[in-house]
Amino acid sequence: MANPKKGTSQARNEFIWGWAFILPTMLGLIILNIYPIFKTIYESFFKTGDFGKGNIFIGLDNYVKLFHDAEVWQALLNTFKYAIVEVPFSIAIALVLAVLLNRKMKGRAVYRTIFFLPMVAAPAAIAMVWRWLFNSEFGLLNHIFHTKINWISDPKIAVYAIAVIGVWSIIGYNMVLFLSGLQEIPRDYYEAASIDGATGIKQFFHITIPLLSPTIFFVMVTRVIGAMQVFDLIFMVMDRNSPALYKTQSLVYLFYQNSFVQNNKGYGSTIVVLLLVVIMIMTVFQNIAQKKWVHYN
Amino acid sequence: MSARDKANRVLIHVILILVSITMLVPFLWMILTAFKTMTEATSVNPFVILPSTWRWDSFREVSANMDFLHLYINTLLLILGRVVCAVLTATLAGYAFGRLNFRGKNLMFSLVLFQMMVPGQIFIIPQYLMVSKMGMLNTIFALVFPGIVTAFGTFLLKQAYMGLPKDLEEAARLDGCNIGQTFLFIMAPLTRSSMVALGIFTAVFAYKDLMWPLICNKDVMPLSAALAKMQGQYTNNYPQLMAASLLACIPMIVLYLIFQKQFIEGIATSGGKL
Repeated sequence: MANPKKGTSQARNEFIWGWAFILPTMLGLIILNIYPIFKTIYESFFKTGDFGKGNIFIGLDNYVKLFHDAEVWQALLNTFKYAIVEVPFSIAIALVLAVLLNRKMKGRAVYRTIFFLPMVAAPAAIAMVWRWLFNSEFGLLNHIFHTKINWISDPKIAVYAIAVIGVWSIIGYNMVLFLSGLQEIPRDYYEAASIDGATGIKQFFHITIPLLSPTIFFVMVTRVIGAMQVFDLIFMVMDRNSPALYKTQSLVYLFYQNSFVQNNKGYGSTIVVLLLVVIMIMTVFQNIAQKKWVHYN
Repeated sequence: MSARDKANRVLIHVILILVSITMLVPFLWMILTAFKTMTEATSVNPFVILPSTWRWDSFREVSANMDFLHLYINTLLLILGRVVCAVLTATLAGYAFGRLNFRGKNLMFSLVLFQMMVPGQIFIIPQYLMVSKMGMLNTIFALVFPGIVTAFGTFLLKQAYMGLPKDLEEAARLDGCNIGQTFLFIMAPLTRSSMVALGIFTAVFAYKDLMWPLICNKDVMPLSAALAKMQGQYTNNYPQLMAASLLACIPMIVLYLIFQKQFIEGIATSGGKL
């Protein structure tokens, strides 16, 4: 029989210790994150006065401006173009590499270390070296392929060239996530399939993909969110006066420019609210779509 | 092994080696360019691959222009500040959320989850205004500030604590430990691997953070922001740009090569639980 008095004192103890333990985190989260969410939405109804002096309430004007701002819709389109290349390619390549590495083999650890390397390099350094590789006159890529392509200054292809850097940077990370997912698939499935005469490629589509689908789904959702927030690469790769800038700048880049270069934090806030809405819609959509293809045991 | 198996095995290695080359070429090109003269780097006919002599001039020139010692120190302080704060607060909160029952817990935890669902840029303007109002722009504190607590780390540690067996805690309580002692001496040491994972994850992303340092600090810069600023100044001196990039990347890459297992597992297990 539990002593009821002891029970309540235990409950009070847990209450005090529990709140003491979560207090630093909760205070920090409320000040640094929860309050700023509402503050940003609130700011989006204001226009920042000249020299940052005084905010002027302008109601929905920022949103009206946003709807008619071709630059914003172009930036959203650019961001989509980037994501449409980065997400599927980085996932597909990483998946194949993970399957190839998911066995006892020579050099497994070495390959894994090499593929993961871009994850620990500063994005600014990565962007600089790719800018140099892409250089139309002296770049290594045009030399190897005997081409004269303006990879990052041709408005038609620049955003895809940047997406290639994105794919290159993130493959190793996705691959490691897939590798840990693959380790949870029981060997017996493959053995049974081999006895039934299923080849490697058949096994890949009929065993690996369905059983790995929760991991694939997770990686996809986080990669879409990450790709929609692309900033570093565009900020570092594109010249401020590049003819391709208009066709490559992402929503977050535009947010940065408006908030911290042109110093209109009200409009910057409006752009970030648009980003929030777009990401939420895409995440909800993916959650609905997953019912059709993700298998949970 | 059949001939077919052998052929398959060779094919797999060929694919993996080709991908490895693709991953390594940018780094190799960074190194080679850093040691070339400007003339060698921009020579097209003939195209120069290896520098004729390995010159350290570009490294000397960039270290004369950029105070790398300070950049390293700033970056180190940024990383240490965020890692210590994040691991400490997340360990405490993770234990409370994972093992204790108290009123208000679920509501508070839903705030943690809510923070993880919104894009991080939404915090930046108010955070900047706060630091600015405190008069703390251009300080190490400003760099660390957004990373003092971590919703994601709290979630990660909560999962770790939930995975521990219940009898340990009960045994400790029977021995007369209060909740604080149970946490400190029994439970916290058992989640060391999750703490290390969170620490590495926090360190790598603090090191890679670019937008926040660009915004909050014009003078006390970490490596990432300094590189961005440098590119604006010397747009076309590629040997110098590559030398600076190399100097910025090398400490983290060396650490990675020494602790690769911890790095990969730390980032992947953290990322995988997100």
